[in-house]
Amino acid sequence: MSDDMREQIIEFIYDEYVEDDSMKIEDDTPLISSGLVDSFSMVSLKMFLEEEYSIQMTDEEASTEAFDTVKRIMALVQKKLDEQG
Amino acid sequence: MTQPMPAQSNIGDHVARRADFDWSQAREILGWPADQHNIGWYCTDRICEQGLGDKLALIWESSDGQTVKRFTYDELRQLANAYAKFFTEDLGLKPGDVCAVFLERIPELYIGILGGLKAGIVMLPMFSAFGEEALAARVGPSGAKAILTQRKLCFRVRKIREQVPDLQHVIIAEPGDLEMQDGEVHFDLAVAQPLGEFAAYPVTEESRSLLHYTSGTTGQPKGAQHVHGSLPQQALTTLWALDVRQDDIYWCTADPGWVTGVSYGVIGPWSLGITQLVMECGFIVDRWYKALQEYGVTMWYSAPTAIRLLMKEGVDKVKEYDLSKLRHLASVGEPLNPEAVVWSEQAYGIPFYDTWWQTETGAIQICNLPGMEIKAGSMGLPFPGVTATVLTDQFEPITEPGVSGQLALRPPWPSMFREYYKEPSKYESKFKNGWYLTGDRAYIDEEGYYWFKGRDDDVINTGGHLVGPFEIESALLEHEAVAESAAVAKPDDEMMEVVKAFVALKPGFEPSRKLEMQIMNFIRKKLSPLAMPQEIEFVDKLPKTRSGKIMRRLLRAKEWGEEIGDTSTLEDD
Repeated sequence: MSDDMREQIIEFIYDEYVEDDSMKIEDDTPLISSGLVDSFSMVSLKMFLEEEYSIQMTDEEASTEAFDTVKRIMALVQKKLDEQG
Repeated sequence: MTQPMPAQSNIGDHVARRADFDWSQAREILGWPADQHNIGWYCTDRICEQGLGDKLALIWESSDGQTVKRFTYDELRQLANAYAKFFTEDLGLKPGDVCAVFLERIPELYIGILGGLKAGIVMLPMFSAFGEEALAARVGPSGAKAILTQRKLCFRVRKIREQVPDLQHVIIAEPGDLEMQDGEVHFDLAVAQPLGEFAAYPVTEESRSLLHYTSGTTGQPKGAQHVHGSLPQQALTTLWALDVRQDDIYWCTADPGWVTGVSYGVIGPWSLGITQLVMECGFIVDRWYKALQEYGVTMWYSAPTAIRLLMKEGVDKVKEYDLSKLRHLASVGEPLNPEAVVWSEQAYGIPFYDTWWQTETGAIQICNLPGMEIKAGSMGLPFPGVTATVLTDQFEPITEPGVSGQLALRPPWPSMFREYYKEPSKYESKFKNGWYLTGDRAYIDEEGYYWFKGRDDDVINTGGHLVGPFEIESALLEHEAVAESAAVAKPDDEMMEVVKAFVALKPGFEPSRKLEMQIMNFIRKKLSPLAMPQEIEFVDKLPKTRSGKIMRRLLRAKEWGEEIGDTSTLEDD
């Protein structure tokens, strides 16, 4: 998984969800379970990933668990990219 | 399906209760004094006076699951006292002043509300995901002088400070190294000194207690004003409808930013001395099941959206946990579909008992009581002491079973809202021919059971939360690309309804997936994730009446596959 992908995802999360500039988001920082990203907002995160990486995810794949950390999001995106060949 | 009468349900024979109960008996049944009405006092001092000071009042688990805090009733009392003193002596707030609450589900939220109520301060709870516009639309008109918030959320409060001149004090919990600005002060449980005595302010039954803002079809949200006299109904419905017992571990999953999270996540259980669980995290299947198991939850009050999401995970997931302590389940927020009732019996061995009420009613009005025959999908029967009906378009009661009309309640009842704050004409418009109009449509079957049919207006019920189309449309128009817009409810398997927006773009803007995402995020930040359209359809123009009013009902009918009805007022192409 590329550093570019990590940076893009983290940048999106900072831009869209984080108001406290001192907040640090690492690969394992809980996003949904910590309340940083509301579960209602996952649809916009899903849309960003689909748009940015030209992938399609089902609602089942885009679960709260799969979106809970940057690491898990990257793994899901990479899986979808691999499936597309 | 017929449920066996629980051997020791609190209500006992619900038919007899309906026949002989009226609200004047509530205090006597509860064993409450006639001369004390302060909700904060009932939830703390009175429980301790009964010798239950050492009993657990709150079990709280942090969002990461790493921290669990437990508070006894005496700790709750002393910390609520500390908040009451801080509000009055340190900040100079007076009884009747409004204090907004903008916190995630941390202990300060619950204890702060109790402290404020104890001091006679009017508490205004708000959903922590509200964006700056939604925040300003509530804090501003309420005239709040103070707001309880926390570091993570205070940045949104800072953005609206200039719009809300009445706001003098921003009370920040867990500020860490945050540099405080003018009017900001640090106060939370880390610095609060437990206080042995604080004389509860001698409120009357009609003293203002909580201000809950709720959305309507037109205009900005309205503040449903509640009073301390709501308490007997909140307590008795907790006792009879939710059937709580003294040895229960009770979990109401609602956020106190909404009325359920206060009426049944603060007031109801604590006024009865019940131990309750609060999970800071939102809905996560495994965390929820783990919590039910680890804390031994016995009474669980949740929402259809959550139940439907749990259904998706299946019965096998349930079997991974020991949920054998669950004794009673109830649901609120939107109609509980029959499949969910049947599934819960398969999954948990007991059904969810649906309850119906709304922000304005303050407490449960229609419900399935223990011992009642549950008709899966029905709202149930009116709670003892409640008179309900469905009305024709001329506001006359419908006597024929199975005919839909507007659901209405006969006022007064103790927990009824007393006004829309500073909006008397809107309040008056909710009453016709001696009935309170709920805005919901329902019918009554031959056995008197109520069946929900939908809203009587354009308000969108998403996951049990009402969202007003006007608010969304107003915010959409602030986006640089939007020329005109309409927000309607779209059916959703899990949320019942979600927001869908129809948007006509200004010249120079082209529809695209990227623009759709930008507009969605724009609304999420301005209002809340709940108000964010889950879908945007770009259109050339919106259907309007000849007088230029957007015909939302046509757009809604299209989404629901319904007949579009009379279009004679539609403007010509």
